[in-house]
Amino acid sequence: MIDQLSWKVGGQQGEGIESTGEIFSVALNRLGYYLYGYRQFSSRIKGGHTNNKIRVSTKQINAISDDLDILVAFDQETIDVNYQELRSGGVVIADAKCKPTIPDDGKASLYDVPFTEIAKELGTPLMKNMVAVGASSAILGISADHYQEVVEEIFLKKGEAVVEKNMEAIRKGAAYFSQQAGGQLDDFLLNEADGKKRMFMIGNDAIGLGAIAAGSRFMAAYPITPASEIMEYLIKKFPDFGGTVIQTEDEIAAANMAIGSNYAGVRAFTASAGPGLSLMTEAIGLSGMTETPMVIVDTQRGGPSTGLPTKQEQSDMMAILYGTHGEIPKIVITPSTVQEAFYDTITAFNMAEEYQCPVILLTDLALSLGKQTVEPLNYEKIQIRRGKLEKEPNLPEQAPEEYFERYAAAEDGISTRLLPGMENGIFHVTGVEHDNTGKPSEKPENRQRQMDKRLRKTETVPYRFDEPIYTNDPYEEPDLLVVGINSTRGAIQEAISRLDEDGFNVNHAHIRLLHPFPTEELEERLHRAKKTVVIENNATGQLASIIRLNTGVKVESILKYDGNPFLPAEIYSKCKELL
Amino acid sequence: MATVKDFRNKVKPNWCPGCGDFSIQAAIQRAAANVGLEPHELALITGIGCSGRISGYINAYGFHGVHGRVLPLAQGVKMANRDLTVVASGGDGDGFAIGMGHTIHSIRRNIDMTYIVMDNQIYGLTKGQTSPRSDAGFKTKSTPDGSIEASLNAMETALTAGATFVAQSFSSDLKELTSLIEQGMNHNGFSLINVFSPCVTFNKVNTYDWFKENLTKLSDVEDYDHTDRNKAMQTLMEHNGLVTGLIYHDEETPSYQDKIPGYKSTPLSDDNLELDREKFERLASEFM
Repeated sequence: MIDQLSWKVGGQQGEGIESTGEIFSVALNRLGYYLYGYRQFSSRIKGGHTNNKIRVSTKQINAISDDLDILVAFDQETIDVNYQELRSGGVVIADAKCKPTIPDDGKASLYDVPFTEIAKELGTPLMKNMVAVGASSAILGISADHYQEVVEEIFLKKGEAVVEKNMEAIRKGAAYFSQQAGGQLDDFLLNEADGKKRMFMIGNDAIGLGAIAAGSRFMAAYPITPASEIMEYLIKKFPDFGGTVIQTEDEIAAANMAIGSNYAGVRAFTASAGPGLSLMTEAIGLSGMTETPMVIVDTQRGGPSTGLPTKQEQSDMMAILYGTHGEIPKIVITPSTVQEAFYDTITAFNMAEEYQCPVILLTDLALSLGKQTVEPLNYEKIQIRRGKLEKEPNLPEQAPEEYFERYAAAEDGISTRLLPGMENGIFHVTGVEHDNTGKPSEKPENRQRQMDKRLRKTETVPYRFDEPIYTNDPYEEPDLLVVGINSTRGAIQEAISRLDEDGFNVNHAHIRLLHPFPTEELEERLHRAKKTVVIENNATGQLASIIRLNTGVKVESILKYDGNPFLPAEIYSKCKELL
Repeated sequence: MATVKDFRNKVKPNWCPGCGDFSIQAAIQRAAANVGLEPHELALITGIGCSGRISGYINAYGFHGVHGRVLPLAQGVKMANRDLTVVASGGDGDGFAIGMGHTIHSIRRNIDMTYIVMDNQIYGLTKGQTSPRSDAGFKTKSTPDGSIEASLNAMETALTAGATFVAQSFSSDLKELTSLIEQGMNHNGFSLINVFSPCVTFNKVNTYDWFKENLTKLSDVEDYDHTDRNKAMQTLMEHNGLVTGLIYHDEETPSYQDKIPGYKSTPLSDDNLELDREKFERLASEFM
């Protein structure tokens, strides 16, 4: 009996690989297992190898595993591409139809189950993925009955008969495999999970849910990988709250629409990836200059240009920090787990209104699309804070030549905000430099004052942000401090626990607020460590540069930019070289 | 009841003496008073260039955005607060060059707002370069030998994009212009009003006198019917686009906001943002 294993299903894009993984994992989630799912896919609709790797455990996990226990293959290519990942003693379960073969190295054993044929006998070859799910559950020792609920949810709208057919496909797959294997394979039998109900979601779902919890009612967005799920979720959900999503003509329109809505009092936002963010830069500047709240989600993917649209990278950091011409206040929040993605989205909306500036929620593909088990989200933690927005101001009579001082001087740099439509509250907003009333002004002393006011605003952010750095530092003077950002957190944690077993003292700091940078908090940790290494998915060590820029401390880098997430083993071995 | 005076804020425009934009400013102020608006009920969202500055010259809520992006900004405002009367305005460069994509899609989308293009057929604030509305052969700093591009037929383009309200006017004809802006404000959908607004400093071809000589009033066109799209298109072609009046009006098609499933009939900006526990639990349970 084991506590965790890794399972992967692969085949041609468009033949149900995603739904095979989906059905398999949702049922396991409901049994109380913790899961981490990661899809490998290409930028095309049909054809091309795709796979869905799912790690199952009786304990919380936040990263993909180094190797693989079970590979389910719909074609020979899946075996050829993924065989090296199998651990010694692993298993390949492949569709007999493709006459599968595995290398003659004795590393793994092959079971050829006639997925397609069994499905055809039941009426449609489309059900071959159900047969595969059945074979997979048999090897884990999970009864086919546990799939009834999930299958009903998916197929009941097509009628009882369809549900029954799919269940039969699962049972037949399980029976065929058990017969071929001659009973249970002890190496793959999972210990029972605790049976607790937990959420199982991708980062993008958490952001969508977070937006609703934050009181957002409007989103303007343009489809792009890997951000589209956010708009797709809200298109389904916003009507229940009276709101809506507009699919705009481009990302420029999306960002400007979000600004217009925020100016008029609605928590609106947009979400995109690198190419879209590049187009939005001018709008982000407008939000900063006019002190209009705005939330932008950037789900990083492989760049530059169109780059690797479906692959993991963390290479937008510099562009996000310095992309806008001129100098504006902005806040950049970087969640590192699906759970944080939910809470951070709410924080992003709150801070956008409290600081009256753009807030960028920076995620990466592995976090946005990686599917994780999430401990129950805490309703009590949801707070709406709208800063200095006056919802029902008591304003004195306003003559036609008078403007409300929207940009009045304030000690913290943040002025009272009114909304268009309020009687006696007329003010002017412009992206050109302006005075307290929002009228254009080029006077040098006014310019100086307004720039100082705007840039001063965000100074308090690192002290008001809940946990700007996630830390795990048991050691006063560690041999090594490992720093990361976004989705690498789980892999770093696993690498560190292995280094611990080897007797090294390693601390972990994960950046959760990238801008304004939590300099003080990181600095003291850097100084305590004998050595610091920054782990990031890019070629130029952007986070390492940002750390050096803010702290003056030179750090080592471990970089990976081949489009794949870090494996715990990679971080472990590279850190070991440094120790 | 607000009067035209209530829409005057005494800010001195930085336009050249004789600029057509002064009349457009006056027409917006009159139209707003005529349709019964109070200054705080009007949001004037503008683009960049001489025309964009108008957001600060009328006593109303004003937002002067970035170049070419006035329409997304204005649509965002209307989406947030449907009780506001949203008027967007900008120049021909703003609307038909850098912002052309937004213009076409705003027309298609048909959100209830009024877009006034202050069309001087040249780039004025950048000191005289050619615009998409400049005539072929037009000499400017950027086309010293005369423009070799075709001029954009803005009104025909609007019609083909599916506009529900298209009008064109001349800044000198304050009466007609005011009336068209009023009709635009009252139209439940996207209203496009292109206004010939001569640039007295840089455009020495399309002058006040030139327009007086070359423009045809649609009221003088025999049997003109502004509900007939084919007729509108034909008339525009026959007159090389140089017509003024209400070109096309479709009163049947509902506006974008009237078609959104579940969309609130009250301003979203009035919403209470707190999410109740039961709703939250239900949303969360969908991921279990």
